[in-house]
Amino acid sequence: MPTTAPAFSDATASDSALRRFLHGLPGVDAVGLEARAASLGTRSIKTTAKAYAIDLAISMIDLTTLEGADTPGKVRALAAKAVHPDPTDRTTPRTAAVCVYPDMAATAVAALAGSGVKVASVATAFPAGRAALDVKLADVRDAVAAGADEIDMVIDRGAFLSGRYLKVYEEILAVKAQCARADGTDARLKVIFETGELSTYDNIRRASWLGMLAGADFIKTSTGKVATNATPANTLLMLEAVRDFRAQTGVQIGVKPAGGIRTSKDAVKFLVLVNETAGEDWLDNHWFRFGASSLLNDLLMQRQKLSTGRYSGPDYVTVD
Amino acid sequence: MSDNRLSVFKTYKLYVGGKFPRSESGRVYEVTDSKGKWLANAPQSSRKDARDAVVAARKAFGGWSGATAYNRGQILYRVAEMLEGRKDQFVREVADAEGLSKSKAAAVVDAAIDRWVWYAGWTDKIGQVVGGANPVAGPFFNLSTPEPTGVVTVLAPQESSFLGLVSVIAPVIATGNTAVVIASADSPLPALSLGEVLATSDLPGGVVNILSGKTSEIATPLASHQDVNAIDLTGADAALAKELEIAAADNLKRVLRPPVSRHHPEKGAQSAAPSSAVDSDGTADWTADPGTHRLTAFLETKTVWHPTGALGVSGSSY
Repeated sequence: MPTTAPAFSDATASDSALRRFLHGLPGVDAVGLEARAASLGTRSIKTTAKAYAIDLAISMIDLTTLEGADTPGKVRALAAKAVHPDPTDRTTPRTAAVCVYPDMAATAVAALAGSGVKVASVATAFPAGRAALDVKLADVRDAVAAGADEIDMVIDRGAFLSGRYLKVYEEILAVKAQCARADGTDARLKVIFETGELSTYDNIRRASWLGMLAGADFIKTSTGKVATNATPANTLLMLEAVRDFRAQTGVQIGVKPAGGIRTSKDAVKFLVLVNETAGEDWLDNHWFRFGASSLLNDLLMQRQKLSTGRYSGPDYVTVD
Repeated sequence: MSDNRLSVFKTYKLYVGGKFPRSESGRVYEVTDSKGKWLANAPQSSRKDARDAVVAARKAFGGWSGATAYNRGQILYRVAEMLEGRKDQFVREVADAEGLSKSKAAAVVDAAIDRWVWYAGWTDKIGQVVGGANPVAGPFFNLSTPEPTGVVTVLAPQESSFLGLVSVIAPVIATGNTAVVIASADSPLPALSLGEVLATSDLPGGVVNILSGKTSEIATPLASHQDVNAIDLTGADAALAKELEIAAADNLKRVLRPPVSRHHPEKGAQSAAPSSAVDSDGTADWTADPGTHRLTAFLETKTVWHPTGALGVSGSSY
C-alpha cells in the first residue's frame, strides 16, 4: 500500500488537516506566472539544439487516440506509428507510449510487444470521472490486467471543487492500490486534474500537491476533452510543484501536459519550461510527457525540414 | 482644413490567411516611384512568411476548391466591385509605380478590373470547355472533369504591377486553387493594396496570400516546398526561373514558365503554354487577350469510368 511521504503525514490525517495544508500553500501570482511562462516562450532554439529538442519531444509523446470511433485497426495503426514515426527515416526516435481507452489496451499491448513503447490507458470513467468508486476501480483493474504499463486517472473535480479534498485523496490512493500487478510491480499512475475545470491557479497548485501526496507518479494537466487544456502557465505551475516536492521529500514526480499542443514550436516552449523550472532531470521521457496526437506529425515535418532543407507537407506524414 | 496637418503615412502590410501581418523577420524595405522618390516602406518577407502563407493557403484549399463554381464566380465578381470602388487609389499607385500619366494609369486599372470580371465569368464555364464525355469502346460512361491543382505559388510580373498581377492571380483562383503570390519586388504597393480589397470581398482568408520582398529570397523555399503543388514563374528572370524549376522538380510541381525575356532571349526558357502575347520589345503584353492557357495551366483532369449496364442483355442502345 503506497503511503504518504513522511514529511507530510500530518497533512493527510484528516479532512480538515488536508484542507488546512492545501489552503496554506502560497497563493499563485497569476500575472507573474503568465509573464514568466510567456517570457520563457520567447527563447530562440535553433539548429542543433532544435534538432535535439525535436527528437526529445518525439520521444516524450504519449501518442493518443481517445475517440468513441476507435477500432482495433486504428489502435494497431497508431502503435505502428509509435514504433516507426517516420518510416522513411529509421533514425527517428520512438514515442514514449500509446494512450488508449481500457478496452483497447490489450490490442495496443499486443501490437507494441517488444518495441519498448509503453501502453498507457485512461481509466476511472475518463473523461468526466462521474461514476461510482467501484466502477472506477474495476475500470483500472481491467486496464492493468490487460497489460497497461501506465494508468491515466481523472480526479473527482466535483469533490475537489466542493472542498472534499480527503475524498479525492482517498480515491487516488484506492486507484493506486489497483495499479499493483501480481508480480509485485506497479503500473505508473498519472493523475489528471482537468485544469480547465479547476478555474483558478491556486486550485491547480492545491490539486498538484494533493495528487503528489496521494502517491501519483505523474501529474497531468487535462483530458484534452474540454475547451482549455495544457497551457504554458498551468504546466509551469505544475513543474514548480514537482520541483518543490522533490526538494522537500526527495521523491521525483513526472509532469504531463496534454491537449492543445499541436506545433513543434509549442512543444519546444514546453521543453524550455521544463529545463528552466524543474531542471534537466526532468528532460527525459520517464519524467515528462506530451499527451498529443497531431503534434507528432508537425514534429516529423520539422524533422524532415531539418534533414532535407525543404519544407515538408502533410502529404509526407501519415494521416491518423 | 489647416495647412500644417501632420501627414498620415500608410503602413503597408502583408496579406496572409485573411490577416495583415508584418513580416515575421521585422524587416521592411523602401519602395520608390519610377523616378526614385520614396513612396512607402513595404514588408520584406522571409522564408518563414512564405511557409506561413503556404499553411494558410493549404488550410483554405478545401473550402475554396469545394465551393461551387457559381459561388466562386460570384465572389470574384464581388472583388471586381470592390476594386471599382477603390479605383482612385489604384490609379495613383499604378501611376507612381510605373511612371504613367494619370489617364494611362486609369486605363490600366480599368483593364485590370475588366480582366478580373472576365475571369470571374470563366469559373463555371471552364469545366465544359476542357472536360466532357469521352467516347470509349465499351459499355461505359467516360467523363473527364478538371480539378484544381492545389496550392500555387505565383511570381507576379515585375513590370506590370497591377494589370499583370491581376492577370496571374485571377485565373489561378478562378479554377479553385489557392495562391501564394510574390508581388513585384520594386512595385509591391498595388499588390499589397489588392490584399485589402480581397479581405473585404467575401473571399475566404488564405485563398490569396500576398508577400512582398526580394523575389528570389521568397521564391526559393517555395519552389522546393513539398506542400506547394505548382509554381508560376512569370516574375522570374531566366536565371532564377531555371533555378526554381530545378528545385520544383523534386516533388513534381507543375511549372508555368515565364514568357521569353527580352534581355536574354538566348537564355530564356521556352514558354510552355501557347504563350502569353509578347510585345515587340520582348516583354509580356498584358493588355492582349489572355486566352485560357492560364486557367488550364493549374488544372488536373480526373476521368471517371462508369458502367452503363449489360448492354447486350438489356438491348440498351447507349
